[in-house]
Amino acid sequence: MSAEAKNIPPALQVVAPLVEPGHNYESISRAVSDVILEKPMPKPWFGTLGLGFMLLGILGASTAYLFWEGLGLWGINNPVGWGFAIVNLVWWIGIGHAGTLISAILLLFNQDWRTAINRFAEAMTLVAVMCAGIFPLLHVGRPWAIFFIFPLPNTMALWPQFRSPLLWDVFAISTYFTVSLLFWFTGLIPDLATLRDRSKKGIGRMIYGVLALGWRGSARHWYRYEMAYLLLGGMSAPLVVSVHTIVSFDFAVSVIPGWHTTIFPPYFVAGAIYSGFAMVLTIMIPVRIWFGMTDFITTRHLDNMAKVMLATGLVVFYGYCCEAFYAWYSGSDYERFMMMNRMTGPYGWAYACLLLCNAVSPQFLWFKWVRTNPVPLFILTIIVNIGMWLERYVIVVTSLTRDYLPSAWGEYAGTIFDWAAYVGSIGLFLFMMSLFVRFLPMITIFELRLQQHQIDNGEIR
Amino acid sequence: MSAHGHEDDTPKVHGLIAEFDDPETLVKATTKAHEAGYRTMDAYSPFPIHGLAEAMGVRKTYVSLVTLIGGLTGTATGFGMQWFASVKHYPYSIGGKPLNSWPAFMPITFELTILFAAFSALGSMLLFNGLPRPHHPIFNAKRFERASSDGFFLCIEETDAQYDTDQTKAFLEGLGPVEVSEVLE
Amino acid sequence: MSPKDLQNTATDQEVPASMSSSQENGYWRHANDLDGSVAADDTHHQEFDLANPDTLDHAGRRNFMKVMGASMMLAGLTSCARQPEEKIVPYVKPPEEAVPGRFGYYASAVSMAGYGLGVVATSFEGRPTKIEGLAEHPASLGATDSHAQASILDLYSPNRLESISHAGTMGTWNQFVADIARVMGDIDSAAGAGLTILTETVTSPTIQWQMARLMQLFPEMKWREHDPMGRNNTRMGALQAFGEYTETKIDFTKAKTILSLDANFLVEGPAHVRYARDFAITRSASATADAADYEAREHFSHDEMSRLYVAECTPTLTGAAADHLQVLRFPLVETLARVVASRLGVAGVAANADNAAQLDTAWVDALVEDLSHSNGHAVVVAGESQPPVVHALAHAINAALGAVESGLVTYIDSPEADPTDQDASLGKLVDDLNNDQVKLLIVLGGNPVYNTPGSVDVAAAMAKAGLRVHLTSEQNETSEHCHWVIPESHALESWGDIRAYDGTHSIVQPLIRPLYNSKTASQILAVLLDEGSAVSDYDIVRAGFDAKNGVLAEAKWRKALSVGVVEDSAFPAKSVSLRGSFPEEAPLPSAEGLELHFRLDPNIGDGRHASNGWLQELPKPLTRLTWDNALHIHPTTAKERELEQEDVVIIKVGDREVRAAVMLMFGHPKGAATLHLGYGRQVAGYIGKDRGFNAFTLQDVNSRYYIGAGVTLAKTGRNYLLARTEEHNNIEKSLQTQAQKAEDRHLIRANTLENYKAHPDFAQHMGHHAPSRENTLYNPDEKDYAGLSWGMTIDLNRCNGCGVCTVACQAENNIPIVGKQEVSKGREMHWIRVDRYYKGDMYNDSVEAAHQPVPCMQCENAPCEPVCPVGGTMHSAEGLNDMIYNRCVGTRYCANNCPYKVRRFNFFHYQIREEQDAPQLKMMRNPNVTVRSRGVMEKCTYCVQRINRARIDAKVAASKVGGETVVPDGTLVTACQAACPSQAIDFGNINDPSSRVSLRKQNPRDYGLLADIGTRPRTTYLAKLQNPSPALAGTDAHAEAHSEH
Repeated sequence: MSAEAKNIPPALQVVAPLVEPGHNYESISRAVSDVILEKPMPKPWFGTLGLGFMLLGILGASTAYLFWEGLGLWGINNPVGWGFAIVNLVWWIGIGHAGTLISAILLLFNQDWRTAINRFAEAMTLVAVMCAGIFPLLHVGRPWAIFFIFPLPNTMALWPQFRSPLLWDVFAISTYFTVSLLFWFTGLIPDLATLRDRSKKGIGRMIYGVLALGWRGSARHWYRYEMAYLLLGGMSAPLVVSVHTIVSFDFAVSVIPGWHTTIFPPYFVAGAIYSGFAMVLTIMIPVRIWFGMTDFITTRHLDNMAKVMLATGLVVFYGYCCEAFYAWYSGSDYERFMMMNRMTGPYGWAYACLLLCNAVSPQFLWFKWVRTNPVPLFILTIIVNIGMWLERYVIVVTSLTRDYLPSAWGEYAGTIFDWAAYVGSIGLFLFMMSLFVRFLPMITIFELRLQQHQIDNGEIR
Repeated sequence: MSAHGHEDDTPKVHGLIAEFDDPETLVKATTKAHEAGYRTMDAYSPFPIHGLAEAMGVRKTYVSLVTLIGGLTGTATGFGMQWFASVKHYPYSIGGKPLNSWPAFMPITFELTILFAAFSALGSMLLFNGLPRPHHPIFNAKRFERASSDGFFLCIEETDAQYDTDQTKAFLEGLGPVEVSEVLE
Repeated sequence: MSPKDLQNTATDQEVPASMSSSQENGYWRHANDLDGSVAADDTHHQEFDLANPDTLDHAGRRNFMKVMGASMMLAGLTSCARQPEEKIVPYVKPPEEAVPGRFGYYASAVSMAGYGLGVVATSFEGRPTKIEGLAEHPASLGATDSHAQASILDLYSPNRLESISHAGTMGTWNQFVADIARVMGDIDSAAGAGLTILTETVTSPTIQWQMARLMQLFPEMKWREHDPMGRNNTRMGALQAFGEYTETKIDFTKAKTILSLDANFLVEGPAHVRYARDFAITRSASATADAADYEAREHFSHDEMSRLYVAECTPTLTGAAADHLQVLRFPLVETLARVVASRLGVAGVAANADNAAQLDTAWVDALVEDLSHSNGHAVVVAGESQPPVVHALAHAINAALGAVESGLVTYIDSPEADPTDQDASLGKLVDDLNNDQVKLLIVLGGNPVYNTPGSVDVAAAMAKAGLRVHLTSEQNETSEHCHWVIPESHALESWGDIRAYDGTHSIVQPLIRPLYNSKTASQILAVLLDEGSAVSDYDIVRAGFDAKNGVLAEAKWRKALSVGVVEDSAFPAKSVSLRGSFPEEAPLPSAEGLELHFRLDPNIGDGRHASNGWLQELPKPLTRLTWDNALHIHPTTAKERELEQEDVVIIKVGDREVRAAVMLMFGHPKGAATLHLGYGRQVAGYIGKDRGFNAFTLQDVNSRYYIGAGVTLAKTGRNYLLARTEEHNNIEKSLQTQAQKAEDRHLIRANTLENYKAHPDFAQHMGHHAPSRENTLYNPDEKDYAGLSWGMTIDLNRCNGCGVCTVACQAENNIPIVGKQEVSKGREMHWIRVDRYYKGDMYNDSVEAAHQPVPCMQCENAPCEPVCPVGGTMHSAEGLNDMIYNRCVGTRYCANNCPYKVRRFNFFHYQIREEQDAPQLKMMRNPNVTVRSRGVMEKCTYCVQRINRARIDAKVAASKVGGETVVPDGTLVTACQAACPSQAIDFGNINDPSSRVSLRKQNPRDYGLLADIGTRPRTTYLAKLQNPSPALAGTDAHAEAHSEH
């Protein structure tokens, strides 16, 4: 790459180096591991942890009351059987897509800039999937019977109903979580070894030692290691695409106008990546400053992620257009009315907001100034996160409130308990992420070393 | 324990280790050692160095094959489970669909394929690497903790057929290491 | 603003006429002049406490209720273990054959506003669990109305009185008898002067017999009657027409042209169940399936249908069923009657020319055209809301039409025990009371303190009676004002008898010993007759029966019990002579101001059903409103007065006013508003108390149904939630959109009879066709349904939207009520709902409304099934879409994916909410239907418990005689089907080509709702037909024919 690098057209010129100059292997190891082993946590970290813990308390309390009283506490009704719970589930799962995408697909496409952000993004994936995972449990009418959805052999010879998209979800999401966890842990092993070797305190040394599985950086190990890592990446790529495809089946497989459409899988996946990258940036922009990682997570990374957001944002926008077009082109009264109602009906405000957030706002990313400036970029990512939540809200609610029989039309609004569960899940997210940056290297050290090596040899810039 | 075992009660030697200060020298050294006929040796680096394993004559790994087999097992398990439950063990009529609604069974089949493959990949990698292994003599090597940060090591083990304390030491000295030292078990 | 808030602020305004404030007045006044007979002073505190609803400790009473209920449940059990002392003759099989776990069926009768409706009560191990119609009974013919269905809930109502009370403290029957004896002393010497008995409409021969003897004993005693549902205008109309009290019997099967003068005969009146059936027969258009109906209507040619003209002042279901609807100002109905009468040559009738000018001449011409060519097969029905003169005119017109000769209209003696002018009777009562002429007032049932017009202060007057006794099943406003309150026995737990609209005499026989220490009216009268306090209700009824039937009594009695009616007891037709002259018609009042109409609430009547949760939650016809009444007003009128849905307004008439919530209603006449009576109860238990507002307050005793002038509306700026079972935001716009979409999606397929004859299969060509079965990845023939295979048809041409199917289903399937708040959230649990769609120009006065009952469609390609992750709903071999409650985890995916939205989710543990956790309610549950708990989905099962019972019986039969299992057509009916008066619902084995349901499905009008999305529903609909007059074709919204697609 270095040779051609000279004569790249300015538009494609990289805005910043992958790593600020003046680093060597040791300085990299120190910079990352000292956050965990040496330095005290920065003040904002305590704030985040505290906030997360507080919101987590809200989640606990509201959930306890929900289980005691029943789902009537939520805004759901006939005909709107699904509400916040499903919206949040899909939203979190979508967010969870960034990590695996960065670590797997960018790995396969050989994108060097993934190095500094994949560990962080993968951690975010795992936490986001956890957040998503609590909603099916809260959502069902009889949580105590939820194990019925697992294929457990039993004397009544009762099995799950394998044609249900919800069951596909169970397998898709649990597989996604497990594989992401394996992938993430695989990436962690050499870094755990680093922490083991650098930590002075016996206890830390022991824990990291156990987790490192006795990794000693043998060339033979590295050889198999890289093969395994590549394979995991290779299989995660289709997996990550399948997961949101299957989540979109929850809607696409049904008969409800506004749900029953073939555009959903691609447009859900794009939306997932879109929101995922937005969330990665939302967290990374402050974190890189709080923990002094600006040397490794440079403007270059922000710029590239912003570009991916722009691309996926445009795909999502295309999805909206397609949806509307198909509704009209189908000639079906159900579809046409659904779309008209979605735009002009009682929830038109939500549709307008989501267009503003998801279709209009990303257009700012055409400007390098926005892509490379943390503050506007941060604001933009928040807007996109809101927009993607609204998208799921619009899809779920507008389709259910006005389907086939006018006599059965209804309306929906979340109650305080819906909101409690939602902010509660955000609390869980903040809490877990705080613990992650406290105890595990937020950047893949060994890959940084490799990258440094390549930079030193001028293989990459 | 090889035939060259020492009779006296001095601690056993694991091998001779040379530290290098950059990857390139390590690769060169390893290549030379391999050419010189050393086989039972290993190189240690804080990050994967392309060509290093090859330099030691490592040519292939079975990780990918195991992963493939694992994946196929997942496929069979996934579809088999659904078919058995829906067609054989407890058949019931759902929405006018046939018992074996195979298109609807595809998603779970796919997911289990990936799941099994992933476990096989990580599992076989660890298995072939003999991990987890909490302790290894190499950890006794001087400054070896740097192997997880910026140290590059080549260790020719005592069990190697050509191993001879003095000659091997001399040989390693000749490769431009920072330092050569003996690793005790 | 809470309902209580509404009510209280309302009553605050109502001094002095308001009920609750007059209670206080009543008490203090009566405190002063009550002779020191019963422990006066402390009495009053307690009474006062009781009088003030706020101080009633519901919780305390309920706890007491729980304990009592539990013991009662045991009592109930023992009573079914033991053979009752009196002989009860089962309807189907004698008791000694009764098998535990199997139902027993007993013929009895329930009261519809005093008139009998024959029923078959189902008893499970001694506990009544369900009520069906009695086929042998002329008023029922096997069907029921929603009140009869819901009366089973009244039996077990936690709100029932359990013990005799005196001035709020528990008393005993003997104390009561003693107290009566004491008072009767003086009365006796005065030949009965001072004794007044107030009843509602009475048809019971037994009570008639007792009263007759009582009057012999005490010539001076007074029998007063007051019954808001007592059809006084009808009664007085007959008196005016014939000079004697006469009951009119109409045989609609002979009627080819029907004119309803504001008469809601399909859902109101003592014969409405029968009339709805007869009317449906004349609307039948499926000759093969309804062969019996075609027999019944011998005067009709094969493809003929009756034609219904309706002129009404406020929307009714009868109006919705009309071929030609004319919405008139109240006085114009009389004008119409006069015009029709004079044009048909009735002597001595003239309409006021100016008034007549206001009528739609084309409409009247077409009507008169049809009537005059009907040669005896036309009838005019006058509504109870119309003044007697209109009834008299109707009688005259019917005579002129030759309807009497043709036997279409028959006149018989009134089945009432003592027909009288009830309005006058109430007036006399109040006068007597105010003149201190009443020493002993005995109120047998009813609730005069509440349900009398606001222009009469009954409460204050009653306070002047010496000793006041109230026989009532529940504590109500009147019992608050009485010394002795005696619990009244329910029809299912006591002996009695009753006459139907045609005089047919039925014995009311109990299925269970009284749950509480309750008495019947006869037992109270027996005390007055001094026949001993211990005499049982059975002995009285039997004695009366024997006295009447002499030697034949025993045989007749047994037969009457087993058949359900006393044979040949229907009154014979009698000849009556019309007295011609009709007074001059008054000119119309100015059209300025608001016309105010009063109507009995379609569900809770005059408030007597207010504490019945099923009826409270049953969506009211056309409005789909639950748990409340409202000021119904046309959107245009509302706009003129700047009123919006759910605005709280003060309605002022003279010095009386109430606060009411506005309910916009298409099809309501402009410039008019309608109030439903029966709400705003202050003492009615948890379910009935403080719901809506009390419209009686505004009612005037001289014109109960209509106030033409002096009505003012004032906005309060407050809002009040009205819980309707349809979407709530912007009712006006959403109803229009709904109507438009119903049209676009061909949900209701309708056409005119003419077009139907030309294109019998028009319904098949409306909308898109169902996708071909070949369009699938799968083998379409893999699944075939052999043997028994269940299906349903619903004939929209017969359905009049009364909603009895909903209540019948609720009773059969243990469906809980959810309460107003939950309904407003859209969480009602009804398994079968009656959808209402308007059609045509919504702002047209005579907008058309169509009804469509929607149960589960039991789709063969059920969208709900593939989406359930746990197999909680799956298909049975007989084509049912089964729910497995134990398997359901409550993802609600099935409900989302149901295009018909018929699935219902238990968001809470509804079975124990809204005061439904009383133990006695558990005795009511159908033991064959799972009581669903929180978090599971439920829906219509085609009454699978009945299917299974029928299949088992069929298998048993088959095993006896050999051969295959056959369920004979007609032996298996669903609850909704059994209850439906117009037989709109049909159910059976669709694999049997000769079954009635198959025949109906072969009818070209048969179509599947949303069949175009490929669900292959097992429940299908028969398209609606209109029969407009050729003369009006195209000019009337109702005649508008659908173009084919």
